[in-house]
Amino acid sequence: MNYFLQRFGRLFVIWLPLVWLILFFMLPLIEMINVSFSEAKRAVPPYNPAFQFGPDGISFQPVADNYLLIYKYWEDYLWPAINSIRLAFFSTLYCLLLAYPMAWWIARSNKPLQHILLILVLMPFWTSSLLRMYALIGLLNPNGFINDILIWAGFIVTPIQMMQTDFSIYSGMVLSYLPLMILPLYASLVRLDSSIIEAAADLGARKLDIFKTIILPLSVPGIIAGCLLVFIPAVGEFVIPALLGGPEQLMLGKVIWTEFFRNRDWPVAAAIAIILIAIIILPIVYARYQDKEGIS
Amino acid sequence: MAPFICIKDISKKYGNLSAVDNVSFNLDKGELFSLLGPSGCGKTTLLRILAGFETTTNGSFEIDGVNMTNVDPADRPVNIMFQNYALFPHMTVFENICYGLRRTSLSKSEINSRVEELLELVRLSGMSKRKPKTLSGGQKQRVALARALARRPKLLLLDEPLAALDKKLRSETQFELCKIQEQLGTTFIVVTHDQEEAMTLSTRIGVMNDGKLIQLGTPKEIYEQPQTTFVADFVGEISFFEAVVKERKNTHWLLQAAVPIHVSSDFNLVVGQKVKLALRPEKIMLTSKPTGKINEFQVDIVDWAFFGAGTQYRVIGPEDVKLKLYQSHNQPSQSHVPTLKTGFVNFSPEAIIILQR
Repeated sequence: MNYFLQRFGRLFVIWLPLVWLILFFMLPLIEMINVSFSEAKRAVPPYNPAFQFGPDGISFQPVADNYLLIYKYWEDYLWPAINSIRLAFFSTLYCLLLAYPMAWWIARSNKPLQHILLILVLMPFWTSSLLRMYALIGLLNPNGFINDILIWAGFIVTPIQMMQTDFSIYSGMVLSYLPLMILPLYASLVRLDSSIIEAAADLGARKLDIFKTIILPLSVPGIIAGCLLVFIPAVGEFVIPALLGGPEQLMLGKVIWTEFFRNRDWPVAAAIAIILIAIIILPIVYARYQDKEGIS
Repeated sequence: MAPFICIKDISKKYGNLSAVDNVSFNLDKGELFSLLGPSGCGKTTLLRILAGFETTTNGSFEIDGVNMTNVDPADRPVNIMFQNYALFPHMTVFENICYGLRRTSLSKSEINSRVEELLELVRLSGMSKRKPKTLSGGQKQRVALARALARRPKLLLLDEPLAALDKKLRSETQFELCKIQEQLGTTFIVVTHDQEEAMTLSTRIGVMNDGKLIQLGTPKEIYEQPQTTFVADFVGEISFFEAVVKERKNTHWLLQAAVPIHVSSDFNLVVGQKVKLALRPEKIMLTSKPTGKINEFQVDIVDWAFFGAGTQYRVIGPEDVKLKLYQSHNQPSQSHVPTLKTGFVNFSPEAIIILQR
């Protein structure tokens, strides 16, 4: 009986997350692929499924029209795609540059201070992302807090245009994604034994030299993990550029939203999303490959 | 002539706490010096001061007449081998060893030949392309040693060099370390809490406690003439008992403990003085019958432990005097006698150590 319970428990622990992933991650993804190969029509739902269990049995009629459409009008999608990747790339870069010194400082603090600092890093996650973006708008607006202060102090006469610029978009992106960069960097830097750094200094290396030859190479796993954690969601980011950016900043996320809600063309929206996923998977595969190279 | 290494009045305070308290000593070139003490006695802090990782509150440190007290660790002719070896995990054995050499003005071919030399010295030839995590503990230790020696330091600091190795490997490595040190003639300072290690390795030992250097001497001096109770107790096994000086006989002092005890006349004693005596276990003889020798009395055997080469006994003499004694099994008559409940002990007057503090 005990043995049976143990076995059952073990199976349960393994199978529960697996069932969860299949139900809520894999099936929706398969459904999206299904939609992307379907024909659009005026109905509810607004498409003719490529694969379906109907009253007259299983039907399977995939159409590549949606992908062909995207291919035909590729120029319309190229700029949003470039915009999205550019946004994700620079957001990741700024996060990395800001997070590295912070993570280093946290990792080299004493233990009780480390816990406090890590909680402070995570604290923004306790508020809704949308709310934080509105708070940022309140700061950056022409009649917002920062401009008010600057005008009051007499540094400027007319407000600085900070909203609807790259500055406002990247402020929002960094604000949202910074913790995702700090945490893996911290995790890899905190494991770095201080005696290794002292050994390098003892062998004649100066501070910058130690950073380049010891600290940076040993934190590569943290850098890769942090960059993936920021880059992947940033590519599909839709809310932040929409709220903080100008109208000319068309992102892939926004294009999908338009196809989906405005044009009610679910199959094309799904096809774009699938292409976006493919774009995101490439750097991961590359990173995994790099990682394996590094180990061997 | 000025001493090769001169450590003068070095102190390190953390707030009110003295980690290192006015430590001074000189070393000659080529010495293998051990800093011996329990954990937290300040020996590692002193080592880190010499390496340049800690500043001093007070005092100075000279090598070859050059003041090193405020020199950057990178510029000191001093290298350190860390207790955990601190090898660079992302570099091969070769890259680890030449890390220090690449930061000198040596040419590439000179570096290569010197690394080859070092690999041969520590018997790791052919391992140069391995990563540290594929090496055994003993191999890692040798890589760390080669890396620390690569820049030909005037002084090499070793922080518990053998602590991470298992017992058998440790004794082998001890002798190897001595051999390498003799071969190169580099001055070594070894920090250890293991008195056996300090004894076998060093030309001289400095015993530390509570940040102070308590006694400095050759292993023989430290073992046979400890000046304080701490040193006597920390280095090797020992038994203590108190006595009062009774009278001077022609060849000996007669002391009164629970039983009359004769000690060597070399000591400067005053009649009526209270003294603390100490006795090494191997200096005491245990017999089943009285032998009529000097300093003999009857004891009860409380406990014994068989060690193979010898047996250690714990006995209680008159007035609860507790003694530890060790009988070597080098003669059949001395092989251990577990059936014995009582016996007689005797020891020569010269075996007794009189402690000042």
